[in-house]
Amino acid sequence: MTEPLLRIRDLCIQAAGKRGVTELLRGISLDLHAGEVLGLIGESGAGKSTIGLAAMGHIRPGCQAVRGQVLFQGQDLLRASARALRGVRGGGIAYVAQSAAAAFNPSFTLGAQIDEVLRRFDSRGPAQRRQRIIELMGRLGLPDPAGFYDRYPHQVSGGQLQRAMTAMALAPRPKIIVFDEPTTALDVTTQLGVLAAIRQAIRQEQAAALYISHDLAIVSQVAGRIMVLRGGALVEEGPAREVVERPREAYTRSLLQVGTQPASPRDPSPAPPLLTVRGMRAGFGPFRVLHDIDLTVRKGRTLAVVGESGSGKSTLARVIAGLHAAEDGQVVFAGQPLPRALKQRSRDLLRRVQMVFQSADTALNPSQTVGDIIGRPIRFYFNPPRAEVGQRVAALLEAVELAPELADRRPMALSGGQRQRVAIARALAAEPDLILCDEVTSALDPLVGEGVLKLLDRLRRERGVSYLFITHDLGVVRSIADDIVVMERGRIIESGSRDEVLAPPWHPTTEILLASQPSTAAGWLDRALERRNRLLAGDPNPEAAIAPPPLAANLVTP
Amino acid sequence: MTLSRLIARRTIEGIATLAVIAVLLFGGVELIPGDPARTILGQSVTEEAVRNLRVALRLDQPVHERFLSWVEAAAQGDLGTSILNGRPVAPDFAWRAKNTLFLAGYAAAMSIPLSIMLGLLAALYRDRLLDRAISLGSLATISFPEFFVGYVLLTVFALNLGWFPVLSSVTPEMGLAERLSRCFLPAVTLSCLIGAYVLRITRAAVVSILSRPYIEMAELKGASRTAIVLRHALVNAVGPIANVVALALAYMVVGIVVTEVVFTYPGLGQWMVDSVAKHDMNVILVCGLAFGATYVGLNVLADIAAALASPRLRHPR
Amino acid sequence: MILALRLSFRQWPVVLSFAVLAFVVLLVLAGPGIVPAEVRELAGDPWEPFGAEHLLGTDQLGRDLLARMLEGGRLTLFLASAVAVLSFVVGLAFGLLAAFLGGLMDTVLSRLMDIIMALPPLILAILVIALLGNSMPVLVGVLVVFEAPRVFRLARALAMEIMTEDFVTAARLRGEGIGWILAREIAPNAVVPLVAELAMRFVFALLFLSSLSFLGLGVPPPQADWGGMARENAPALGFGLPAPIVPAAAIAAVALAVNQIADWLVAASGRRAARRG
Repeated sequence: MTEPLLRIRDLCIQAAGKRGVTELLRGISLDLHAGEVLGLIGESGAGKSTIGLAAMGHIRPGCQAVRGQVLFQGQDLLRASARALRGVRGGGIAYVAQSAAAAFNPSFTLGAQIDEVLRRFDSRGPAQRRQRIIELMGRLGLPDPAGFYDRYPHQVSGGQLQRAMTAMALAPRPKIIVFDEPTTALDVTTQLGVLAAIRQAIRQEQAAALYISHDLAIVSQVAGRIMVLRGGALVEEGPAREVVERPREAYTRSLLQVGTQPASPRDPSPAPPLLTVRGMRAGFGPFRVLHDIDLTVRKGRTLAVVGESGSGKSTLARVIAGLHAAEDGQVVFAGQPLPRALKQRSRDLLRRVQMVFQSADTALNPSQTVGDIIGRPIRFYFNPPRAEVGQRVAALLEAVELAPELADRRPMALSGGQRQRVAIARALAAEPDLILCDEVTSALDPLVGEGVLKLLDRLRRERGVSYLFITHDLGVVRSIADDIVVMERGRIIESGSRDEVLAPPWHPTTEILLASQPSTAAGWLDRALERRNRLLAGDPNPEAAIAPPPLAANLVTP
Repeated sequence: MTLSRLIARRTIEGIATLAVIAVLLFGGVELIPGDPARTILGQSVTEEAVRNLRVALRLDQPVHERFLSWVEAAAQGDLGTSILNGRPVAPDFAWRAKNTLFLAGYAAAMSIPLSIMLGLLAALYRDRLLDRAISLGSLATISFPEFFVGYVLLTVFALNLGWFPVLSSVTPEMGLAERLSRCFLPAVTLSCLIGAYVLRITRAAVVSILSRPYIEMAELKGASRTAIVLRHALVNAVGPIANVVALALAYMVVGIVVTEVVFTYPGLGQWMVDSVAKHDMNVILVCGLAFGATYVGLNVLADIAAALASPRLRHPR
Repeated sequence: MILALRLSFRQWPVVLSFAVLAFVVLLVLAGPGIVPAEVRELAGDPWEPFGAEHLLGTDQLGRDLLARMLEGGRLTLFLASAVAVLSFVVGLAFGLLAAFLGGLMDTVLSRLMDIIMALPPLILAILVIALLGNSMPVLVGVLVVFEAPRVFRLARALAMEIMTEDFVTAARLRGEGIGWILAREIAPNAVVPLVAELAMRFVFALLFLSSLSFLGLGVPPPQADWGGMARENAPALGFGLPAPIVPAAAIAAVALAVNQIADWLVAASGRRAARRG
């Protein structure tokens, strides 16, 4: 076997914080060979981004490499001079950041920023360099590459920026590219195109890559080999197909299972309607965001509202909650019309409809304790004796699988998953009939999110509460929904029971969403692209329509 | 909003603000209950003095006529006469305005390049000793009243060391070198005031830019430290810095009045303060308008500078 | 206070600032009474230098400067505090009103404040004092007019920002009244930046007032605040005597101490915001 391009040995990185030292990496070793794509996967705190940056000899301020080596072609980047590092970065190892929107300098054109790297490694004249950049932009599926060269970052979409950043990394023909969650911030259908473009470009340029992601399915489509990380240490490592198909460790298995099965068996028996929306329209000034929405939430069941960003699903939740006034239409809740404005709703009506927000970080007041936060709705709606409030708070904390002692803590002292559970406990404290859940798991790590979904489903069964579940994630839908409505550009394009909507025949939009849902299945990416391109033939939306030409049949190169 | 529309809007707003100042200056005397001339002069004066002041203030005319005739005369270079000594205001005004502008320009030339550099240094060496020293020093100078800084400078450099004259009197015949030496202490006093302000904003702007992801990206692209600071950070800091420089110059309008009084420097500010004690309304009016127009104009300029530097506004979608 | 504001030795300037401020406030509150009566009543020669009998020397009329400083300090600090508190209350009330009512009320108030902030404060203060004379109510009134808009802007921005936070939305959905939302959801999260603003208003008022008095347009004689004393004693400087520097230094010390504390509070609230984000 040839000498690896990059060799990391026993790397330990620590972060010095207010509460002492945190171990970010606990002795990581890896080899990356020429032309190989190595996937690094793990949840937040796994240390995967730290490895990606360390591979470039970059340690973030406040952190320190206490042990180990990062050898690139025999040179230890952790001990290299600033000058030597500059020689490696860009031309030897390049980097693609998660948020291209923030990683491009707003003051320069995209072309100029790409040329800033290229000129240091390419001795040709400006005209030829420009040619090379434009050619790469075209290959990455960017529209009108010559014109794109002179665009500013704020003038193009998120998916295009991510492609442009890949072009920037590829331009000086580096030996290695570090991809740090390059598609995480994108919608699933946009992600599909960008992912395919990245994979094709890596192959054509014959670069090696470290591909970092929290999504095992994504990584399994681009990487030949996978390393699963947790808490700064290696869990398991192996060829991609092997890790995905025959995982050795329980942790890997649990990651693989996220979103693949229902949280509990669905109850097929009919249930009476709890909330009915008919002909609802809403908007902001002249912009109509919701057109003629009809939907029904059944008692003790979960209705999932699925759509990509901009489909109007969050506005729908806000209108039902009474935060945003509808222009037209009626909402019937438990047999009575639900007033549009919050102020017209009785206290009992307010109690019966609760909401859980996407980000528990902002949904919990940082200056109150968990006990205050959960106790307030109890006092507000029921006003029991003082001692009873404490008992109820403790019972609610137990119901959401948290220790009652947490009542004295403030939200800042809790983890993301714990905070979301507190937010759920606050909603439950009102003993509601309906809880509006707005992307409640999208800010959480997959396993933590899965736990929250299971909790919600258990509470539904035990307490008979109904959910209106806003999400972009079909995995979430599969796991928790009884009924589904699919939204696109402010309209409901398909609705029905879970099995009706998720099984063929599909509505084209639903089919694209389903096809774009990352899967670990071999060859998923190519099939999904092919299926999407067929469905989108004639669609004017450029972001979705642009996809690289189909590849040869061989899907995952080991 | 497009750039030209933004500039047009800010300009119109600036003109409107100036109009408010003019109305306050001209209409101010109207707003006082009773006879403004008597209020100004107090009770123990002759009827004739009151009558003279009324004529001098043109209180016998309605406000708008007073304003129009003032503008008409001003356009022809006639700024009225001083009530105090009957001399025309215009020549004195021209001479003193020149002195004030000289002092302001002197202070700006000294302090602005230096403070931008120090601000940049403090940001680059953030939380190190140099930064802490610079930050503490600048906080001190913005906290000190101008007369405190002026007194200390006078005591040390004029009285004890004798390097500079105690009085900053300048005459029209004076040569440039002499003028620069005489104005040095007041210019330093003013420099402390606005320099500290520019320094603090520059530091804050650069610190905030240095924490942006695109700076880390530039590092990962292999850009040199110099390229990162000069190309990536400074280009994006130009907007906030240009903005604060214009604001600091506007702020100098306030500081220069006190500084001129400390050093008895023959500028507009000292003249205006003197005239308040002497109830010389024509002088107050002219000086107030000059200071007001400069202040408002520089504020408008500050907004336009910030807008000009924004890539989103320069290159709309 | 909700937030644990911790001081470490690294922040010695903040600790020192608190000490200086406490020292000055205590001295001034104790008043000229702490200067021995015979010293206070004895009028010596004008501008005696620092000495055992007159700790800080004497002023232009031969009065004990320390006694005068304590008397003037009481006036100075009282006026600056009054202006800071008044403008804070006015600005806060209008700022919250604008944020909550929105619409026309917000537009009108915001425009009005913008206009005031676009005016050169010292120049207009000079004009107003030229027209109305320099009585205390005029001084306080002028300063409040120029200071309140800054509080207004901050209060409005803070309220708008916090109002869009999900925890406030959650309270609204629950059916909470405006009073509870203000007192329990918004206020605890706005306390630190608002206190910092109050401190900055105090410094601004102190410096502005002192400047006016120094120009002879502030506190009318025979009373004298520190700015006025710096003016009255100015001729002593020509003889190389420090009499005018003493009150000027007192202003500088108080202003620096309060600014330092305000800076620290701003940084503390910034850190908290960053942690939350």
